Amino acid sequence: MIHLTDINKRFGEGPGSISAVENVSLEIADGEIFGVIGYSGAGKSTLIRLLNGLEMPTSGSVKIGSLEISAIKGKELREARQKVSMIFQHFNLLWSRTVRENIAFPLEIAGVGKVEREKKVAELIEVVGLSGRENAYPSELSGGQKQRVGIARALANDPEVLLCDEATSALDPETTDSILDLLTGINERLGLTIVLITHEMHVIRKICHRVAVMEAGNVVEMGDVLDVFQSPKEAITKRFVSQVTEPIEAKQAMAHIKEEFPSGTLIKLVFVGEKTEQPVLASLIRKFTVDVNIVQGNISHTHGGAYGTLILQLLGDSAIIEEAIHYLHENDVQTEVIGND
Amino acid sequence: MIENLFPNVDWTKMWEATVETLYMTTVSTILTFVIGLALGVLLFLSGPGQLWSNKLVNIISGAFVNIFRSIPFIILIILLIPFTKFLLGTMRGPDAAMPALIIGAAPFYARMVLIALQEIDKGVIEASKSMGAKTRTIIFKVLLPESMPALVSGITVTAIALVGYTAMAGIIGAGGLGTLAYLDGFQRSREDVTLVATITILIIVFIIQFIGDFAVRKFDKR
Repeated sequence: MIHLTDINKRFGEGPGSISAVENVSLEIADGEIFGVIGYSGAGKSTLIRLLNGLEMPTSGSVKIGSLEISAIKGKELREARQKVSMIFQHFNLLWSRTVRENIAFPLEIAGVGKVEREKKVAELIEVVGLSGRENAYPSELSGGQKQRVGIARALANDPEVLLCDEATSALDPETTDSILDLLTGINERLGLTIVLITHEMHVIRKICHRVAVMEAGNVVEMGDVLDVFQSPKEAITKRFVSQVTEPIEAKQAMAHIKEEFPSGTLIKLVFVGEKTEQPVLASLIRKFTVDVNIVQGNISHTHGGAYGTLILQLLGDSAIIEEAIHYLHENDVQTEVIGND
Repeated sequence: MIENLFPNVDWTKMWEATVETLYMTTVSTILTFVIGLALGVLLFLSGPGQLWSNKLVNIISGAFVNIFRSIPFIILIILLIPFTKFLLGTMRGPDAAMPALIIGAAPFYARMVLIALQEIDKGVIEASKSMGAKTRTIIFKVLLPESMPALVSGITVTAIALVGYTAMAGIIGAGGLGTLAYLDGFQRSREDVTLVATITILIIVFIIQFIGDFAVRKFDKR
């Protein structure tokens, strides 16, 4: 569906120019939800804007379907944009228009007749769950409702691709989840390809099939979400993964338990898929004479399956602890000793 | 009773002068709105990073606005006498005041239009582009509606300034309340005429302000 080949994007010219995207090549399949994660300034905003021609690459090509976005302009580009729509972090609704009129705007742009337009708008209001709020102005809506208007507006011209520019970053966690559910539903029902950029691993975990990690303009790691969660390679990826698996409370709990039992060994276990359901821990305690403190644990569900982490403190003879860790490895549980000091 | 209070006021003349002032203010406000809006939109769109980004156009339109905004109105009228004579064949009467009124007020309003447009969230313009909107669509369906409250309060301020300008134009014979207050009032030492002309002008200003405030409230959905 989407092919990016050797994309470079520089802003400005000469020695003062800034490179926003460097040598990025990637492919996104039809119907896929593809996430790009990175901190601000990593180039992800520029990358997503290359997909609808709001930015043009300095070199390389952007193809969506059979259309080379990076080679067209004027009327052709404007028409292509109706099939590659976008939603935004700050919603970018027209405050002078009601919900209904905001959703009708892209249809007006596309030259759809009034009767047709009203029918389509009514449908979309239903899809995004805003029935009853048709005549409200954006200032009368909550953040989540505003983003629903944004989504309805983006779907108006039956796009093939939906670009989400930090679409949930301005929303609270609960609203974020409801918007992500809406996006997943749209993806499944309409077979829409979704490309989203975010700095929240939670968003990637919850709805993406594949993820690319960006740092300083480069894609440093890319793969299925579950694989990336299971074995992140780059330091930055590990940091993002720990956003989900090691919340701040876990770090506090770890610090606390280290004070209480300075001699123990802290280990982190990673379970993937079916392993999350096996009683590995029970058999460990039965087999080895070690004391086990559970510091923190969680299970995250991704598109590709479940993924769990468990942080334990083992107390006992160091040789036996060594053996216990070896046992865990044998049972295909990824084990990592953390902060043994 | 009123005759005793204002013995020298000729009410028929006062009414005629009021109508002339209203005529000059209304026509010049409408033309200032159209020309100032066009100039302001041009200034905005030719600015750096905008849709028609063009340094030359931006500098020329910016210079035009700044120069004509800076010339004191009373001097502008005198400077424009040859131009007005060429255009209308005379320099007396309400119509002869029009070129000076518009050339004095339109750049002033254009600057306010520019400020109003700069207040619009850039994201909204980007969103419109991402939907495939043409520049014309962006101007008429995004820029102008989204800045409407500021455009309306700007034209209110400009219209009130124009009432003042018509009075100044009156001194060189444009007619209206300014001429009446100067020739009949000041030069013939009839203070009551000047006073009534002043009160009439104040009433006109209050009415304009009231209509402007009402319209802003109606347009503002933020």
